[in-house]
Amino acid sequence: MLQDDEREFVLRTMEEREVRFVRLWFTDVLGFLKSFDIPGEEIPEALEEGVGFDGSAIDGFARIQEADMIAWPDPSTFQMFPSRPGSPAVARMFCDIHTPEGGPFEGDPRHVLRRAIARASELGFTFYAGPEIEFFLFKDAHEPEPLDAGSYFDLTPLDVGSDFRRRVITGLEQLGVLVKDSHHELAASQHEVDLRHTDALTMADSIMTFRLAAKEVAQELGVYATFMPKPIQGAWGSGMHTHLSLFEGDRNAFFDPTDQYYLSKVARAFIAGLLRHAREISAITNQWINSYKRLVPGYEAPVYVCWGVRNRSALVRVPLTKPGKESACRIEYRAPDSACNPYLTLAVILAAGLRGIELEYDLPPEASDDIHRKSDAERWSDGIESLPESLPEALGEMQRSELVREALGEHLFEWFIANKRAEWDEYRSYVTGLEIERNLPRL
Amino acid sequence: MSPSRESVRPGPAPAVAEQVLVVGDDEDLRDRLGADLTLLGYLPVSAQTLDPPPVGPSITLIAAGAEPKEAIRVSEELRSAEGFGHVPLVWLLDPADLWVVAGNEHLCDEFVRLPYAAEELAARLRLLGLRTGRDGPDIVHRGPLRLNTSTYQAILEGRVLDLTYMEYELLKLLVASPGRVFTREEILARVWGYDYFGGMRTVDVHVRRLRAKFGQDHAWLIETVRSVGYRFAQIRA
Repeated sequence: MLQDDEREFVLRTMEEREVRFVRLWFTDVLGFLKSFDIPGEEIPEALEEGVGFDGSAIDGFARIQEADMIAWPDPSTFQMFPSRPGSPAVARMFCDIHTPEGGPFEGDPRHVLRRAIARASELGFTFYAGPEIEFFLFKDAHEPEPLDAGSYFDLTPLDVGSDFRRRVITGLEQLGVLVKDSHHELAASQHEVDLRHTDALTMADSIMTFRLAAKEVAQELGVYATFMPKPIQGAWGSGMHTHLSLFEGDRNAFFDPTDQYYLSKVARAFIAGLLRHAREISAITNQWINSYKRLVPGYEAPVYVCWGVRNRSALVRVPLTKPGKESACRIEYRAPDSACNPYLTLAVILAAGLRGIELEYDLPPEASDDIHRKSDAERWSDGIESLPESLPEALGEMQRSELVREALGEHLFEWFIANKRAEWDEYRSYVTGLEIERNLPRL
Repeated sequence: MSPSRESVRPGPAPAVAEQVLVVGDDEDLRDRLGADLTLLGYLPVSAQTLDPPPVGPSITLIAAGAEPKEAIRVSEELRSAEGFGHVPLVWLLDPADLWVVAGNEHLCDEFVRLPYAAEELAARLRLLGLRTGRDGPDIVHRGPLRLNTSTYQAILEGRVLDLTYMEYELLKLLVASPGRVFTREEILARVWGYDYFGGMRTVDVHVRRLRAKFGQDHAWLIETVRSVGYRFAQIRA
């Protein structure tokens, strides 16, 4: 019934606005946005029967013998693009991917997140997320050359960064993606845009929309936006700290007015779940070889598996809730980087947290502020582990994880590990500049 | 002779109730009109004078009472009021006073004889809507906002808003009753349906999105009522 109304809304709007093309969006396993345009007149059929496409060309989708896939546009995501004078009206819809036999396709990240959300819903929870997305603006895609420092100072207007942020934010608002805050980050040419929390599925769609919008606006301004986790040696990396909360109806399930930090039993168990499974989900939240170059001490990135209230280097930070602001009570998971697949990342985070709630994990004591200064032995005796130091270490953890296997589903789990092992195999035989610089003169 | 309640038959209800302003000195008459208009599916707003001048109605009924020239004065005032130029004016007159219409056709879009019959009033209002072509039963005006419920388009000061289905449905609900506070539960149940498994905060998220799409200058159209819910602003000039 609701579906019929949504369809009618889409069809009438397209007619009224003379929409010539609709962009159908979906995301591959590694988090790249895929898009194909279909003419407006094919939309009625697309909403009834889906649109067939060859899945064998998409990373992580089908093997050759099962190449046919169906993209089902989700009419609730129908959104017109801000119109440009003289250009035909264009709209977009996110798609769910189905197999020709019907039913959701196991390799579709949106389906993986939908399944995790349904699981939370069975337990009575709605999952909300709000990410802080960091990224760099460079002159082009070839060199990580900052715009607002060094030799390019003269080449670009000083305020290209703020002009960029203003344009991205305005554009996003017209697409229904709301920005809470944005500012210049610590490193030269680095920026942060914080999205206002939404339910997890909408948020994953929003992050995909944001990344595209950021890249497009950068292109308009003649610069390049990158979400690479650690593009500059010796500078801060680009994280995607994500604020999380669970609601039971109108009530924030993380809030307890009687607790020292206003954290409920549910919140404590959720954090405990995140901490216990952090190493297993790392390969998803930090999926690139380069991701692990961000997770090193000294750049405010999390390294140790611990939580804290004020401690900004902890893996899980608990922002202080102001009295009367129960709905804002949340936790912040600081591992993910801006180049993750947001669907899979939110799905494994949710799975880890829910596991903590279901099995009633105990939350270990809060980490002290000086955790970075302690020796490995001291941390060991405190029971504090480190996040994986490299992609293969993370993959090893993931491979042993029944939690991640269940959250991702067999198909996606196996494909992901194989793909990432291949990435590592290619890398490990690569001789780096550092080795030449250090070794060649001496060996 | 006042019409019996039974004689009032609601016509085809407009998709979203139109606001009708009733102006005049006679409080009893205003009350009767208010009750009948409500039964007919309109949203009556009653006022003795135009101070402060209400803005936002899509039709105005002027019940001049004993002094028929009063209709001319009130209409002139309304026609020159900001945002009122296009609002059709309906005069309610004693048959003996119909002479005031002659020469003032530019101020009077329709008239109804007193004592009025509710069915005649209903028919004239419907015909007026069709004739002026301005608002079918599918178009609702609220200050700077126009909602066309047959084409699903929302237009804010001439700018078409690019809304998603849920944003549109939420707006339609709020717009139907300016000034009425809807709780989050009620909005969730009426817009998303009872079986929706997202939480109440979905409502907050969509209200924020609507305000963002309105833009800063019009974000005030949807008001937050602390710890209760939301309402569409009652628009005053």
